[in-house]
This record gives sequence, structure tokens and C-alpha cells, in this order.
Amino acid sequence: MKVLVPVKRVIDYNIKPRVKADGSGVETAGVKMSMNPFDEIAVEEAVRLKEKGVVSEIIAVSIGEAKAQDTLRTAMAMGADRSILVETDVVTEPLAVAKVLKALVEKEKPDLVILGKQAIDDDMNATGQMLAGLLDRPQATFASKVEVADGAVTVTREIDGGAQTIKLALPAIITADLRLNEPRYASLPNIMKARKKPMEKITPADLGVDMTPRLSVISVAEPPERKAGIKLDSAAELVSRLRNEAKVI
Amino acid sequence: MTQEDNRGMSETTRETMEFDVVIVGGGPSGLAAAIRLRQVAPDASVCLIEKGSEIGAHILSGAVIEPRALEELLPHWREEGAPLNTPVTEEQMLYLTRKGSLEVPFLDRVMPHMSNHGNYITSLGDLCRWLAGRAEELGVEIYPGFAGAEVLVDDGGRVIGVATGDMGVGRDGQPGDNYAPGMELRAKYTLFAEGCRGSLTKQVTAMYNLRKGVDPQTYGLGIKELWEIPKEMHRPGLVQHSFGWPLDDRTYGGAWMYHFGDNLVSYGFVVGLDYPNTWLSPFDEMQRVKLHPAFRPYFEGGRRIAYGARALSEGGIQSIPRLTFPGGALIGDTAGFLNVPKIKGTHTAMKSGMLAAEAVAEALATNRAEPGSYTRRVRDSWLWPELRGVRNIRPAFAKFGMKGGALYSGIDAMLLRGRAPWTLHTRHADNEVLEPASISPKIDYPKPDGKITFDRLSSVFLSSTNHEEDQPVHLKVRNMSLWKTVNWDVFRAPESRYCPAGVYEVADEATDPKLQINAQNCVHCKTCDIKDPTQNIDWATPEGAGGPNYPGGM
Amino acid sequence: MTVLVFLDHEGGVIRQASRSAIAAASRLGDVDVLVTGPDAAAAAKSAAAIPGVKKVLQVTDTTGSSELAEPVAALLAQLADGYTHILATSSATAKNVLPRAAALLDVQPIPDIVAINDADTFVRPIYAGSALATVKSADAKKVITVRASSFEPVAAEGGNAVIEDVALPAGPGGSTFVSTELSKSERPELESARVVVSGGNGMQNEENFKLLEPLADRLGAAIGASRAAVDKGFVSNEYQVGQTGKIVAPELYIAMGISGAIQHLAGMKDSKVIVAVNKDPEAPIFQVADYGIVGDLFTILPQLEAELDKAG
Repeated sequence: MKVLVPVKRVIDYNIKPRVKADGSGVETAGVKMSMNPFDEIAVEEAVRLKEKGVVSEIIAVSIGEAKAQDTLRTAMAMGADRSILVETDVVTEPLAVAKVLKALVEKEKPDLVILGKQAIDDDMNATGQMLAGLLDRPQATFASKVEVADGAVTVTREIDGGAQTIKLALPAIITADLRLNEPRYASLPNIMKARKKPMEKITPADLGVDMTPRLSVISVAEPPERKAGIKLDSAAELVSRLRNEAKVI
Repeated sequence: MTQEDNRGMSETTRETMEFDVVIVGGGPSGLAAAIRLRQVAPDASVCLIEKGSEIGAHILSGAVIEPRALEELLPHWREEGAPLNTPVTEEQMLYLTRKGSLEVPFLDRVMPHMSNHGNYITSLGDLCRWLAGRAEELGVEIYPGFAGAEVLVDDGGRVIGVATGDMGVGRDGQPGDNYAPGMELRAKYTLFAEGCRGSLTKQVTAMYNLRKGVDPQTYGLGIKELWEIPKEMHRPGLVQHSFGWPLDDRTYGGAWMYHFGDNLVSYGFVVGLDYPNTWLSPFDEMQRVKLHPAFRPYFEGGRRIAYGARALSEGGIQSIPRLTFPGGALIGDTAGFLNVPKIKGTHTAMKSGMLAAEAVAEALATNRAEPGSYTRRVRDSWLWPELRGVRNIRPAFAKFGMKGGALYSGIDAMLLRGRAPWTLHTRHADNEVLEPASISPKIDYPKPDGKITFDRLSSVFLSSTNHEEDQPVHLKVRNMSLWKTVNWDVFRAPESRYCPAGVYEVADEATDPKLQINAQNCVHCKTCDIKDPTQNIDWATPEGAGGPNYPGGM
Repeated sequence: MTVLVFLDHEGGVIRQASRSAIAAASRLGDVDVLVTGPDAAAAAKSAAAIPGVKKVLQVTDTTGSSELAEPVAALLAQLADGYTHILATSSATAKNVLPRAAALLDVQPIPDIVAINDADTFVRPIYAGSALATVKSADAKKVITVRASSFEPVAAEGGNAVIEDVALPAGPGGSTFVSTELSKSERPELESARVVVSGGNGMQNEENFKLLEPLADRLGAAIGASRAAVDKGFVSNEYQVGQTGKIVAPELYIAMGISGAIQHLAGMKDSKVIVAVNKDPEAPIFQVADYGIVGDLFTILPQLEAELDKAG
């Protein structure tokens, strides 16, 4: 079975994002970039399926600038067999990314596409769902457990207030949530070995996809700072205000 | 040489890779050495490891860079886009009093070392990232996120490489679910480029008795903030230094402020770690100087972007240990090449790396165990006379105090031109000169105002420091009972004050004082390893990729 | 402008968060709503009572298909012909369904908006709320999810909409619903709780930490903790709220004996209302708390419980 895992290069989750002084966006120049944490979980799940003997080939793919190669190398160090860089300098949006992935899926014919549920930069939480829609294939989002057997995949997914289990015929699209697994380290020996794994480089034009974003960013600002509120003298007053003023209880 | 926790676990299951040269540390000396090696020995395989998550993540400096070494290493650095974009245009040395300041006149004559004409203000981290690009183009293999945790030594006592730390070890010292053993990077020659107070350097120094006959090393702690300030206040190319207030006569140190880049200001404060007063808090000194009228206007309306801290080597030439041993050498600030009066260590670190690389290339070609010609090369280069010329200045401050030291350095610079027939010495290690709390005056620091001055925790927040939570604590207190009888009873826990990251806290002070270690906050400055009165704290590398993530511009 | 709002409901009642989505929708134009899933008929009646709703479309399906994303997204895409905007509150269900519908319509979804500037321009959080982006959509149809806490919900009663049946389009299948398991614990999950009661250093020890439970019980709250409390062993680390723990944004966050270091604030600063109780008047938590009490939390806790017991 073949698995396709898209991965995105984003600001490292340890870094505090800083809004540029001119309000045009968040500063990414000179900022540490890493693989989107949910994508790490997706790669890990694919690698575990390979270790179980269910999957025979893992292809990592990234759509973005040339430096996304680093992210693909990390994916290969974790266990992906080969990778594809779809190089573009245009800001990527789930709609365009889903179209690129659709073209790749039609080319590579994987049985499963496992994505991270959202990227921690734009927090769109859309690409997996959109890819599934374009392909008209079943989807399972926010997966916390994945089991493959008899040509189908059973996924437990996180929903508000609990979990839901669904069974999907292959090929299918899964998006990974936080609790699906804990990704392994890309160990140094594996990083060294991954340098020899193949990386194909293409462009969106090669796949006939127009990357032009539908959303234009007018401005980016920091959220308004919380101001200090008031000090109260008694529990009674607090409860009263919470009930009648803030209306939260 | 092994980290006790990991010994049984990783010895038999580690993978090995062989190189001609392994370099521990991706700072200016390590990168310069890597580049030089590939220039003079293009067939040598060179591997460089760096404990920060990326090159530059742990790099902290003012910085005003003298391009001398860079010019020798990569003469086309301008065309190749080295990030030296703000030349120094104006310099000031300020003597601060509590309310005012006096500018030192005729600076270039009175303090010629401070002359910065031809130098550039930049982020050393940015410069290192650029150097790493050049190194990779030349075929150096660079692996960030991996800490050198263990020195590998063969039966004959020769250093044969290093092992990276195990990953995925739990707090209890046992392998977790994602345990990945370290890897042995074996090499004919290993260059230790860990920066000031390197942890592997510490081991190698003990092993080969490298400090025999040299002065103890003495250090400073530099604490820095990066600010973005309103355009109207920005004076790119301005270099300011201060001394005097708020430090007393027995405490060496002062502030810096450099304007560069896009409305960026690098501000920081260095305190000599040979300070005697246990109540001193370098962090709080650094914060309160921002409120001084000489500096305050630049911070009004500005935004603090980043924070960090790092110790630096101040011993100069008298404290440089023996540099080579079978299978390796020490380069950069871990050996201690920083020129203290110039307040510059980058060009000297780079030069030392380049010279070591040349010595290693020679040793490779002649199959020698020790790159012994390194020491001779250092003496024959501009590095030696440069450091020799300033060798008495810092020790003069230690000996004569701030005023006496300033007077001495003026004389040394103007009259003796660095050619005094005597050499002053550092007699004591920094940890030995701390005085008991009972005889030391307490210092009343102002509370942070949250606009210009800040507390430790919000500062650490801006260093983007992170460590994997479930891992052994990397700061080892060898003897906890000694903490109570010495650190607490005698000195009232100086670590709770000198640590710029709030790692060390005293819990239950009133009832039963205990040391609480918040290892996650550690910014890898190494001050605790240096200043603990009985050398009771041992800093070892935490799991790779942990620690600060200083951003571009920092 | 005409808006179709996809509603979340529970036990036949439209969720408050969806009423926030209707409030947002009303700013854009005339509002129709769609209910699917089990109890759709009861939910439709509940929806019809919401003021401002013109028409309720209901899918009464007994096959369980309407719990799956594929048919519902296909339905939304079909219905979209009559609307300029499709909205929903950003629930797990909507996040599952709406982007798929957007793909079928060849438009880029706009998730989790916190403000509407005009019919094409919206404000939404990025980088986990560290920044707010104002974006303008070039698409003719907009597919949007709404952050409920940013829009005051419309009332639940007073409306009188018509109810109409719609059928789920037949699909290729491929997805089979197996089961749903709702959390049985009395306490809500920390990350999705409406109210959180958190303890810090001020709780002093593991025993005392349990004193938060009666308060949490009365408020139906989850229990959280600061890093300091976890490090000292008062509770295990799955309770930790903060930079290296969980990020929460409840309607009400009560911080008991928590100093409010920035690392903790990073985990709860998006709470709608913050209450702090601390004996140190200078504790940084008071800089962000809407309501603060300076005092001994061990005295105030039982007083709070007593007040909550009065009149409900």
C-alpha cells in the first residue's frame, strides 16, 4: 500500500510569532522554521503503518519555497521513502494545495493520504477535507486512532464531547489530530541516510494548477491587549457580577 | 567521560560514522574552522554538530564585528551577501553616575582599542547562518539539533571523536517510548568550539591537564535584549558603551547599545563574574540601566523583541590553556580568545578556528596524532600580538578596582601602548571570590515597570527557550547538602540572583529552604557552572535542539 | 445577500454557539438554516423559533449518513446556488464538513472569523491567536466558520420560520458510520470546557488542590493547574495550562493562587472572562483579570461555593 503525506514548513512552534511593524504580516525572515507539528504526527502514523507491514511506500510532499526541502529531508529521516517538492513562492492556500495534491494523487495513486489537521501558521484546517472533496473520496478528520485491515481503514476521530468511529473504503483521506501518536525523533543516523533518498522537484505549472490565492491579506495586527479589570471585595460581589454583568454563570 | 545516566543504555547500541574532522559547535570559530578546512584540505570529510535547533539559535553577542578574519577567510564576503550591513559611524564611551553621564573625550586616543572604524554592527547569529551556508556549499556536513554529549577516547588516550546525546530519555533516566541513542561521530581530529565554558572542553581540560601553569579563566555574563524602536530615535551606526553606575568600584562591567538594521537596537549589560557581592543580580542591573537618562529615551515607544544571556571569557592570553592534545584542539571562546578591552571575540574566535584548521590539515597530511602546529600558528599570527597588547587591562580592573583599572588602562593604552614589561595575573577563579551574605551590602533593585524593564520570566519567554519536558535535569547539583550549608547558609543562594533565566529558586525560604531547579528555563549561559562557590553545579548538555531560539537580528 | 447557516444541535436544541453563527449571518443578509443528523426534526422546530431565521431546511435521515461529512458537504454544495454565504459555528462538525463543501464550490474557506468588516472582508486569528489577519475574499460565494465567543448569540425564542424538507444527495458511499462515544466523565475536557477552575502555587499542596473540586462541581468546570503546581506535584501534568501545557479559551477562567507568569497567560489569555484570587496584590495575574480578589483563597473558596448555592 502506498501512502502520500503532505508536509508544510512553518514557523517553529516554540517561537513567539511577531507581527511586522508595518502590519503586513508575521515576521518569518530569520525565524526558525520546522515541519508543522500535526504533519509530523501524520508522517509518524505512516511510518508506523509501514513498520506494521501494512504500507510499503511513503511519499512525502511539500508545496512551497525551495527551503521546504529541509522539511522533506526531515520526513525522509523519519521514514518516508522518497519525496516531492512542488516549488512555488506564492503564499499557499488550502484550495490550491488541495488541487496540487489531487494532481499528485492521480499520478501516484496512493491508497491513503494522511495530512496534519491544520498548519499552525494559517490555522485553516481545510486541506485534507478539500482534497477529499475534489477527489470525491471518503474523509476522516481529527483522527486519534487509525487501523487498516481488509482494504479498508477504520478511524476513530475526535468530535465535540467525545469520539466517533467510522470505516472508510480505500483510497481515503485522513487528517491527524494531536493525540494520534507521538512522533519519533529524526535521529542523526537517519538524517544522514535520508540525504541519499530521492527528492523530485516540480512546479505547480507542471501539474496545471494555478496557485493564485483567493484571500488577500489586508493587514495583520496583534490581538488587543487584555486590560486589568477591577478588584472586588467579596465573594458575594464576584458571583453577582459573574451572573449579572459578565453573564457567564 | 560518559554521562553517568546514559552509560549502560547507549554504549552497545550506538551507530557510528567516521569523518576526518568533527567540530563541536556551530559558532564563529567552528564555522570558520570548517570552511578553512575545506579550503586547505578539500578532500577532508568535515562534520559539524550544533546543540541549538538551528545554526544561530544559541548565538548571542552585541555585536560589533571587526571583519579582519572574515576578510581572510572569505575575501568576497561583500558580494556573497554577508550580513554586515551597518557600518559603525559614531562611538561613545559613557561614564554613568546615578543621574547623569559623562562622555569620555578623545576616545580614540584614550581608549584606542575601542576604535570601531571599519567595523560593522550586526547579529552574530545572522552572520553564523550565513557562514553555515558557505560551509555547506563547500561540502561541510552540518547537523543542528544534536549536542556533543560525550568525548570518545581510545585506549591510548587519544580523542577519537564525540558521541551525540541520547534522545527520548525520561526524567527518571530511563529510555522513553521514543528513545533514540546518540551516535558516535568518530574523527581523526575533533575541534571543540563550544563557546565560553564548554562542557566537553571541561572534560578534555581535566583529562589532559590543559590548564597546568596558566591563570584560571575569568568570565563575564552578558545579558542582552533586542528592541525595535521608533524610526525617529534610530541612529544606525551608533555604538555606545558605559561603565560606572550602577556597579561599585569592585565590580567590572557596563552597558552597550548599538543601533543597526531596520530600527533595531541591541542593548545589553556585561558583569564580570569575579564580582564579590552575593546580593548582586546581573539581570536586575541590566534592567535598571535602561532607565538611566542616557539610555531611556531610546526605549520609549519601542518594542522588546528578544532576550538572551551568555557568559564570555575575560581572562585573555594569561588564561588560555594548552590548546592541543592527541586527536584534537580547542578553538574560539572555549579556549578564551576574546579581546576584552575591544569587547570583541568574534574575529579572534574565527582566526583561531582558521589556524586550527590549517594545523589539522597539516596533521592529516603528515599523519600526526596531535595538530601541534596550531599553537605555533597562533603565536605567529596577528592573534597573539593583538591579545598580548591588551593582556593587562582586565586584570588591572580586578586588581585596582574600577577607577584604578580605568586609570591603568588609560596609561597602558596611551603610554605603554600595550608593551608593559610586566604581566598582571588573574589569581583566583570567579567562584572563589564571592563574599558571604552577612558582610555584603544588600542591593535594592526597582520592580519592573513592564514597559521598559521586565521580570525574568517574561524575559525568558522572549528567548523562545524550550526543552523537552520529560528529560533528566541537565543541571546537576553534585552535593545537595553542600547547597544548604554553603550556598544558603553562607551566601543566601546567589544562583537565584546570578542566573538570568530564573532557573534556580529557593522554595520554603522561611521554613526549610530548598533549591528548586526550573531546568526548562535554562538559556545555556553557563554562569552557574562558573560561579557556584564550591563548583557544585555541573552544566551538561540537555537533549539536543533544546534551549533558546534566538531570532534573526538577535 | 442571502446566507445559509449550518446548525449544530444537541438533544433537539440548537446549540448556543450556532446562535452566535446566526447572529453573524444576520449581519450579512437574510438567513436560512440547515439541520441534519439525529433529532433533526426536533432541532428544526428549535431552529424555527430563532428570531431572524426565514427558513429551516431539515434532513430527516435514518440511515446515519447525515452524520458523515461526504453527503452533507455535497448537500451544502447543491444548496449553495441560492446563497452568497454559507456559515456555521466552528464546531468539530462544521470544520469537518464546510471545507469539503468549499472545495466542491471551488472557493477558499474562511475559518474561525472573529469579526465581519463587510460582505467580503473578515478578521480571523492566525498563529493560534497570536495575530489577527484581516482578509478579503475574491470568491463569489463565501464559506465561513464563526468563532462563537466573538458574536453575541441571538435569542432562542421569538421567531417563526418555515420548515422545509431536503434530501441528502446519493453518493458513492465509501464511508460507514460505526459508532459514537461521548465522554462519560462528569468533568468536561480541559480544552473544550466552558468554565475552568485552575490552581497554582497558592494551593500549597496536593491535599489542598482537591479543595477546588467543590467549586468546579458547582460550575460544571474542568480543573486546570499552573506549571508551578504541576512541578511541585500538586497534580499531574495533564492539568497544566500554559505555554508548555494546554491552551484553553473558556468563557470563564478562575485562577486560584496563580501568580500569572507570562508562560501561564499564554495558555489562557483568550478566555472570555478571567477571575483571579491571590493574596499578593501585585501578582501579574491581576493585570489581565477582569475581576480580582486580593485575599486568602482558602477563605474565599468556601464563600464562593456558598454564594453559588444561593439562588441556583
